[in-house]
Amino acid sequence: MSETQRGFREMKAVVVRFAGDSGDGMQIVGERFTDASVTVPNSIATFPDYPAEIRAPIGTIAGVSAFQVHFGSETVLTPGDEPDALVAMNPAALKVHLDDLVEGGLLIANSAAFTEENLKMAGYDANPLDDPEIKRKYDVIPVNITNLALESLKDSELSQKDKLRTKNFFALGFTYWVYGRPLDPTIDFINAKWSRKLPDVAAANTKVLKDGYFFGETTETGRNRYMVARASVAPGTYRKVSGNEATALGLIAASRKAGRPLLFSGYPITPASSVLESLAEYKHFGVKTVQAEDEIAAIGVAIGASFAGQIGVTGTSGPGMCLKSEFIGLAISTELPLVIINVQRGGPSTGLPTKTEQSDLLQALCGRHGESPLPVVAANSPSDCFRAAFEATRIALKFSTPVILLSDGYLANGSEPWNIPDESELPDISVPFADPDKPYAPYARDPETLSRTLAIPGQPNLEHRIGGLEKNESGNISYDADNHSNMTRLRAEKVAAVAKSLPPLKVNGDRTGKLLVVGWGGTHGAIHSAVQSLRAEGFEVSGTNIRYINPLPADLEELINGFDKVLVPELNTGQLSMILRSRFLVDAKSLTKIKGRPFKVSEIREAILNQLND
Amino acid sequence: MSTDLQDIPAAPKLSRKDFVAPNDVRWCPGCGDYAILNSLQRTLPELGIPREDFVIISGIGCSSRFPYYMNTYGFHTIHGRAPTVATGVKTANPKLSVWIITGDGDGLSIGGNHLLHLLRRNVNVNVLLFNNRIYGLTKGQYSPTSPIGTKTKTTPAGSVDNPINPLVFALGAEATFIARTYDKNPKHMVDTFKAAHEHQGVSFVEIFQNCVIFNNHTWDPVYSKENRDDELLHLETGKPLLFGKNNDKGIRLNGLAPEIVNTADANPGEILTHQPDLPSPLYSGLLATLGLPDFPTPIGVIRQIQRPTYESLIDDQITSAQSSKGTGSWKELLHGNSTWTVE
Repeated sequence: MSETQRGFREMKAVVVRFAGDSGDGMQIVGERFTDASVTVPNSIATFPDYPAEIRAPIGTIAGVSAFQVHFGSETVLTPGDEPDALVAMNPAALKVHLDDLVEGGLLIANSAAFTEENLKMAGYDANPLDDPEIKRKYDVIPVNITNLALESLKDSELSQKDKLRTKNFFALGFTYWVYGRPLDPTIDFINAKWSRKLPDVAAANTKVLKDGYFFGETTETGRNRYMVARASVAPGTYRKVSGNEATALGLIAASRKAGRPLLFSGYPITPASSVLESLAEYKHFGVKTVQAEDEIAAIGVAIGASFAGQIGVTGTSGPGMCLKSEFIGLAISTELPLVIINVQRGGPSTGLPTKTEQSDLLQALCGRHGESPLPVVAANSPSDCFRAAFEATRIALKFSTPVILLSDGYLANGSEPWNIPDESELPDISVPFADPDKPYAPYARDPETLSRTLAIPGQPNLEHRIGGLEKNESGNISYDADNHSNMTRLRAEKVAAVAKSLPPLKVNGDRTGKLLVVGWGGTHGAIHSAVQSLRAEGFEVSGTNIRYINPLPADLEELINGFDKVLVPELNTGQLSMILRSRFLVDAKSLTKIKGRPFKVSEIREAILNQLND
Repeated sequence: MSTDLQDIPAAPKLSRKDFVAPNDVRWCPGCGDYAILNSLQRTLPELGIPREDFVIISGIGCSSRFPYYMNTYGFHTIHGRAPTVATGVKTANPKLSVWIITGDGDGLSIGGNHLLHLLRRNVNVNVLLFNNRIYGLTKGQYSPTSPIGTKTKTTPAGSVDNPINPLVFALGAEATFIARTYDKNPKHMVDTFKAAHEHQGVSFVEIFQNCVIFNNHTWDPVYSKENRDDELLHLETGKPLLFGKNNDKGIRLNGLAPEIVNTADANPGEILTHQPDLPSPLYSGLLATLGLPDFPTPIGVIRQIQRPTYESLIDDQITSAQSSKGTGSWKELLHGNSTWTVE
């Protein structure tokens, strides 16, 4: 940290957390802060953290909703460990989040909300803003946000209730002043959202936002402000994208590259619903979406679409995967292309529906009846969901197989800038259709991919029947013992053959050394950051993230064998670790976390250091 | 079928044998399914649709082996879920003629939810529900249409659950075409299948079917030679509800309740006239609930009303979105509404 001119202190990276009641608009201000920061540009990652209850009783701990933004002048891959600043709109928000705030961190609190009643609801005997210990530990800025917002709108025609709803923009405006963020992206957002239908609301929010900023300028001139310099990000055209949005875009991109229409069928479930919601906005691209009557129907509809020659895709979260599993077995048996997206959340059962976890890995690999292998692909960052969805679809079509795409709540809701690829960077996708001029055997296979060829209803002379009963190559039902053994083996070999089409693993660091950190999915950012920082400090550690979990990359075994030790951090109790141990007879050590939240970089650093010092 | 097919050049003349698959039919000798298979194989060549545009989709059960015996596209899916796969096929390609083959267990027990939603969405497919009031493939347990007191291996003291009436179920889901036919009457089956096909919207057909092994003679009280004159009420649009050997009996209303009247004793116009297209479900409901022990059992088209089909509404939304926004480009897809550039 160094002193700069104009009263700004320069920082490499800052983490700000907005926390308030779930009706306080914390997600909106978090999103706006993100938009303002990407235009600087800073490198950025975000993490929304909201309760399962839509509107828990106002002022209670259960109703606290938060949004964390991590922005930096160097590459930022995670939403950040501990916040440097906490904006707390009420005592409950303070209660839930204060422990995370770094010592010396900025605490901006809406003092108007610290009433006796609210304090009591949050479990405080006395006002923590007056607590000398808290004042000593943090840089406390009590601001009467409620009254200042009302004062700002004293000439507005809006009702008192509507005026009170603008207070999040006052808090945002003040935070913008502290961090020197531009106001324009937020004003543009306000106008786009409200100026046509509710011009009074647009005007009020804009005024309150500006007044929040001016409040900083006029009353806090002696205070430090913090500057995060422009990040040297790779040249390109960027957009902000959340994981579920990127998944939707990846599916559409794959459908265009394959020249086959996309049909997505889902049933609402947190945190997967927004994939269906996103795709429903792309009707003009020819995308058909079905909101099915249940999870089983959702995959059935997708399988029907695949049988009819389209790209059938379904998406859900863990409990929905359980319901779909019989149908996944049918898709494996009939060898139809299908993508099944699991946006994982805390389980089992309803578990932690709004929190993230990686505990469905073994379900994806093994959670079905019979010998039923299928490819499993995992996304590793919000924007990476695009590539992962594209890849899952490519594999499903090329190899004529159902594919499970694993995402998680953290990736789904988190967002980050995405360096938009050019469509020419995306490969064309081939679909193994049958030759209509030759006799058709439904289970005759391509010698290289082992994929069966597809014929679709409407094609003359290729009429055939498929189904869940075991078939022989010509497509007839067969209960023959050797045929079943042969078909079981062929289905497994087909999935194994996918490995030949996969790129070599990317390694962060050297390909041999003392410790290899192997992760999969959404832990990529935290693992990469931890490995990167320790390597910069001279430690002999490398890291890799596995995108293709089944089949595992062909070079993984060699890579693992090049290291003395292997550490596998996972947001479960050690599922990938179990796979690696059984596959490679390697004494992989697990770092596990099952708290509904992503890893902190510091947690992974500590585990790496423990391994290196052990 | 759907209007799109009018644009398709006339198909070569097909015959029943074009629809006979090379596979051996493996139902028990004497099973009612043979007659149904034969009737559908006689119906499809007469519909003027190329063979490759037919898709037969089934769930699990004896009847669900049906697709293997039809030389069309076919999909033998999983228990109870055929309506979901059919919805996907029809939504993906509305041009196809889709036939769902299901049974009383497959369609009304494990698959009841899907059947409900298929019917209320009005997906333009045809559902043939083979009702033999027993689980045959699992060797004789009672089904959701078995009468109370049915003694089976799982109900040695008799079943205690109230059976579901498939027609009332379909009516509750507001199906737009509801009919009933039976395995002993091939001509009636062919006529009913044709009517189901011609209907634009979901067509639900209950077929009384005899299971010769586990529930033999289950429908004899309704359709045996001795009983059928008095117990079957043949429905014909615009004709009075008459039955009996010489149409000597009819159905009239007494208040809101139906009653049987001798034709000779009825006042003119008193006997109900069959009107399957009445928008109100009251009349269809009355028909759907007629049957033993007090009334004859209606056979034919109970109800036929018009409503837009699910797949046509989806296609309309796509067409409408494309006329206002164009058909989408790579740039629109990848760039979205808001981008920034880093030099």
